[in-house]
Amino acid sequence: MPVTPTRRSVLTAAAAAGAVLLTGCESAGSSGGTGSGGPRRGGSLRAAFPGAGVKETMDPHAQRQFVDIARHKAVFDKLVDLDATLRPVPRLARSWTSDRTARVWRFELREAAFHDGHVLDADDVLYSLSRILSPDAADHLAKHSLSHIDLRESRAVGARGVEIALDRPDAELPTLLAMTGTAVVRKGWDDPEHPVGTGPFRFVSFTAGRSFTARRFDDHWAGAPHVDEVRVLSADTEARAAAVRGGEVHYAHELTPTFARTVAHDSRVRVVATKRSGVQGFALKTDRPPFDDPRAALAVKLLVDRERLVEVVCAGRAEVGNDLYGKGYAYYPSGLEQRERDVAEARRLLRRTGLFNKKVSFHTSTAADGFAQAAHLFTEQAGEAGLRVDVTNGPPESYFTDVLTRGTVTNHRCGAMPIPTYLSERLLTDAPQNATAWHDRDFDASYADARAVVDTGDRTARYRKVQTTLRDRGGLVLWAHPEWLNAVARTLHGVREAPPNTVDWARFDTVWLD
Amino acid sequence: MLRYTLRRCAWTVVQLAVLAVVVFALTNLLPGDAATVDFNEQAGLEQVAELRAQMGLDRPWGERLLDWAYGVAHGDLGTSLVGGGPVSGVLAASIGVTATLAAVTLLLLVPLATAVGLLTGLRAGGRTDRAVSAVTLTLTSVPDFVLALLLVAFFSLRLGWLPSTWVGVDGAWWERPELFVLPVAVLLARTVCTLSRQVRAGTIAALHSGWAVQARRLGVPRGRLVLRHVLPNAAVPGVQELARTGDQLLGGVLVVEAVFAIPGTATALVEAVQNRDVPTVQGLALALAAVACLLNLGADLVTRRLAPRTEVLR
Repeated sequence: MPVTPTRRSVLTAAAAAGAVLLTGCESAGSSGGTGSGGPRRGGSLRAAFPGAGVKETMDPHAQRQFVDIARHKAVFDKLVDLDATLRPVPRLARSWTSDRTARVWRFELREAAFHDGHVLDADDVLYSLSRILSPDAADHLAKHSLSHIDLRESRAVGARGVEIALDRPDAELPTLLAMTGTAVVRKGWDDPEHPVGTGPFRFVSFTAGRSFTARRFDDHWAGAPHVDEVRVLSADTEARAAAVRGGEVHYAHELTPTFARTVAHDSRVRVVATKRSGVQGFALKTDRPPFDDPRAALAVKLLVDRERLVEVVCAGRAEVGNDLYGKGYAYYPSGLEQRERDVAEARRLLRRTGLFNKKVSFHTSTAADGFAQAAHLFTEQAGEAGLRVDVTNGPPESYFTDVLTRGTVTNHRCGAMPIPTYLSERLLTDAPQNATAWHDRDFDASYADARAVVDTGDRTARYRKVQTTLRDRGGLVLWAHPEWLNAVARTLHGVREAPPNTVDWARFDTVWLD
Repeated sequence: MLRYTLRRCAWTVVQLAVLAVVVFALTNLLPGDAATVDFNEQAGLEQVAELRAQMGLDRPWGERLLDWAYGVAHGDLGTSLVGGGPVSGVLAASIGVTATLAAVTLLLLVPLATAVGLLTGLRAGGRTDRAVSAVTLTLTSVPDFVLALLLVAFFSLRLGWLPSTWVGVDGAWWERPELFVLPVAVLLARTVCTLSRQVRAGTIAALHSGWAVQARRLGVPRGRLVLRHVLPNAAVPGVQELARTGDQLLGGVLVVEAVFAIPGTATALVEAVQNRDVPTVQGLALALAAVACLLNLGADLVTRRLAPRTEVLR
């Protein structure tokens, strides 16, 4: 190697030095100005989300779409929310304790004002719970997970306390109170046309499928927001991408890896990528042949080429999965070896179970980006190990309901949620979203036991056992933890990386505009 | 003429009635229903069944259709299954934007297409004709969304002259004409091409017909020949095409609405189909079909006026 500097290397060095000097000046200049010098008050923030037309609602207990949740988050608060590792963090409840059996819980409320001046009390909380659990409201999603709350035994205690009684022990009650559709409303409130909450923004107007406007609420318990006004707008993917690049919105939710690549050098837009925002995988039905035999399921787990799936289906924007849900979240079992592709062993297991050169059906659809692509890549990879796959296409609109009964292999995805919730919603015998048809009474019992344990260490150890059983014998082939991509304009500051459904996601009270 | 008009109107009513039944049947044949779709990915079969009962979807289909027909006969388009609001509200909220967009497009389209069609038709085979035809044929073959994205990339994102989408535009869209520029440009690109081709073909046919040749021989000045004799005849296929364009525009042009986030009828209809929201699908389809039938009726009447010989031929 020549040591004498060439003309090019000198120039490069000079340019680099210049750049350093320039950036130095810039940061010195901007810290004194408005840029990153600290939150600035004022302005109207516009955020675009995928819309859902007339389906959109301002009833915080009937929320379903991200755009709903973002709007409700502006106007309402929950007792508890989730941090980036899906652990409960205090919101309207300052703290909580349970009795030794995790049957009776006590939450201490903050002094929080509603937009109409009323100060939050235990009656508001109890009313909110009774509204969520109302028997004739089929669209209240939290109804199922909170069905063990015994409202007759629940009551107000002291000045700011509320006691919630359960009809069976549950150490996870705080996380359940942080889930979708659990906002605290004013006692007696039942008018989605006029939402009144304790949230950082006061409701102004809402048109389903179009837009929502709210103004800063100066008396918010966590401090007033920086921006004067927030507008949450509904738009399709292309329109969101164009709007954030064209400066028509400051925040665009849910964009594609292609978009991220396009704007990599665009100075007007910054992509906020949140790692480990859920899971992508395949679900094998374990209640019918061939995957009622765990060895057949293991063969599939060994034959998939996870790196390749991540690279092709997620455009590389994902971490490789290890057949476990919730990498990086609380209760994720640490220290388990990464499952690697082993075609020879997969073939041996296929032969052993009589599946070699046999055909299985894969029911896919275009319900989510990459589903069909993943199915076809799987077909290829399975073929290399001697398993033939027959791909069928289903309608996207009802796909996730259809796969509860249909298909031998299906696509699986799930957004961010606490691991215990994932298990109870998807893997218990009577779980509503049991896409692998995993019916195992022993599994149900160990899960229920774990959940009743108050001691965190003991509970974590039990959850670990439950999860490793599932990884070894269950029907979930989880190969990726994709990133969640949002885009923000350069003029918007304070947006933090946070998986959807967590406290800092779609949070507009802590951000500010130039 | 009056008898003809009345007969055509009666047929229109029959067509709409048949259409209502067909739309109902087809929407019901789609896999899944409003309850399944509404709870897709979020709840289990039990909750879906509960929601289905709450929506009244567990009733026999005949009963639901009769209920709906009774409502329509009394001027009530029914209630949306997913939003819970009246279907007439969904229609009212989307038709204004679409109608304005269609009207602006038609207003520019008719003179432009006639001029281009006449120009190329009168000089068929000439250099102008070949140049213009090359442009129109190229434009026709570019898919709408490609054209839309190209225009957005250039005029909005690069030059920053025009808004790239309607995101965040509320209510007062009629006060901001700049919003219409790009969508109308995309709609025009497609429609001017097809319509001017029709006018061009009509002009050529009329110019070569026996009576035009005779008129020229009798010394009718060229300007008068074109405007008084050729144009009305050349316009016949054009008017039919225009009616078709008109009802396409009113039905909303999905691609344009999606790319520019325009809250029009196509978006509303597609959303309703995706949601399996039968009353909304039916209400919107019926209203749009009624407009389409009226436009075609109008076109037929205009055609008869322009070229009364069709009556003799019958």
